[in-house]
Amino acid sequence: MCDNCGCNITKGNESLIRPGGKLAKTESGKESISVLHSLLHENDHTAHHNREHFDQHNVLAINLMSSPGAGKTSLLEATIQQLDPNLRIAVIEGDLETENDAERIRKHGVKAIQIATGSACHLDAHMIHEALHNLELDDFDVIFIENVGNLVCPASFDLGQHHNVTLLSVPEGDDKPAKYPVMFRSSDLVLISKCDLLPILDDFVPDRAKQYLKDIACTAPLIELSAKDTNGMPLWLEWVEQQRQKRREWLLNNPVSGHHHHHHMATDGNP
Amino acid sequence: MHELAICQSLLNQVEDIALQHQAETVSSITLGIGPLSGVESQLLINAYSIASAGTVAEQAKLIIEILPIRVSCSECGNESEAQANKLICKSCGNWRTTLVSGDEMLLMSLDLETFDQAEEKVLH
Repeated sequence: MCDNCGCNITKGNESLIRPGGKLAKTESGKESISVLHSLLHENDHTAHHNREHFDQHNVLAINLMSSPGAGKTSLLEATIQQLDPNLRIAVIEGDLETENDAERIRKHGVKAIQIATGSACHLDAHMIHEALHNLELDDFDVIFIENVGNLVCPASFDLGQHHNVTLLSVPEGDDKPAKYPVMFRSSDLVLISKCDLLPILDDFVPDRAKQYLKDIACTAPLIELSAKDTNGMPLWLEWVEQQRQKRREWLLNNPVSGHHHHHHMATDGNP
Repeated sequence: MHELAICQSLLNQVEDIALQHQAETVSSITLGIGPLSGVESQLLINAYSIASAGTVAEQAKLIIEILPIRVSCSECGNESEAQANKLICKSCGNWRTTLVSGDEMLLMSLDLETFDQAEEKVLH
């Protein structure tokens, strides 16, 4: 993506799109305006703002995505119990309805904000921005965003997270990456969850899932785990701690400006 | 069905641009959509007819250019066409490729009819 306007023009596709290219058009008798903005320009702008927010407060933000029932909340519960207690966690929960997931997290003594999206099938950057108004970011080190259970729509919306983690649960079948390439391509880490079920659901072959991920040129590492045992959990916890460390180091070398400009897009309409 | 949300975002941009150019109507909107953007063109067209009602772009023709999926190979350096769930290099079969085109969702251009043009029509 280009840094200026949030569009996704790259060297590779530029010749196809720019004026004079195969797809550029001019018609006489009308004013033709070349725009070349992402359709989600507003969302991307707010996402960028959210990311700055996280960085100013030294918070690592991880967006968890999967189909419904793949075990995102269970993974978070196990993570809260097992992650280094020095890391202070908060969770932003996205669901169409209910506070159920936030309540499950709060039972562990962790701050959780529930976003009820109503009929929206995904979280967007504006919803996260609103949720951040209810979080004192200095009180936290890692924020997990549990997206709406859906393998399609959440992939298109940048929330301002640092990393996307996608869960693929054993009961779903190992060919999900081939069926939902957009989602899995956007992942920085893929977790095969509910691996305690592998002996029973033996038609799920982890190597096959790996092959499907290679087919979509996905270089994300893959961890097999279950929230119910300790086989893979340490690898996941280690990954989270590593990302946190890497972000801290990156921020030391690339300090975020202290100037805090805070636009409220929802109220004044200006990006 | 996130296409409606995308349509609303599109229309916000279109309305802003139309206002900047003092346009009376928007006659056409051209989008560039890659299959890996996660946007389904037909759903976008359906959503557009609902979302555009009552806006300056109500009568606009929505033109969607489907951009090709192309990958560049990190091994042999060749560029080739690929499928959404088969992004491997066509030349050497390597899976370590980068996408050069195919995940775009772009508002490429607008055709506007401005007040000036509308006035000219009346004069002539």
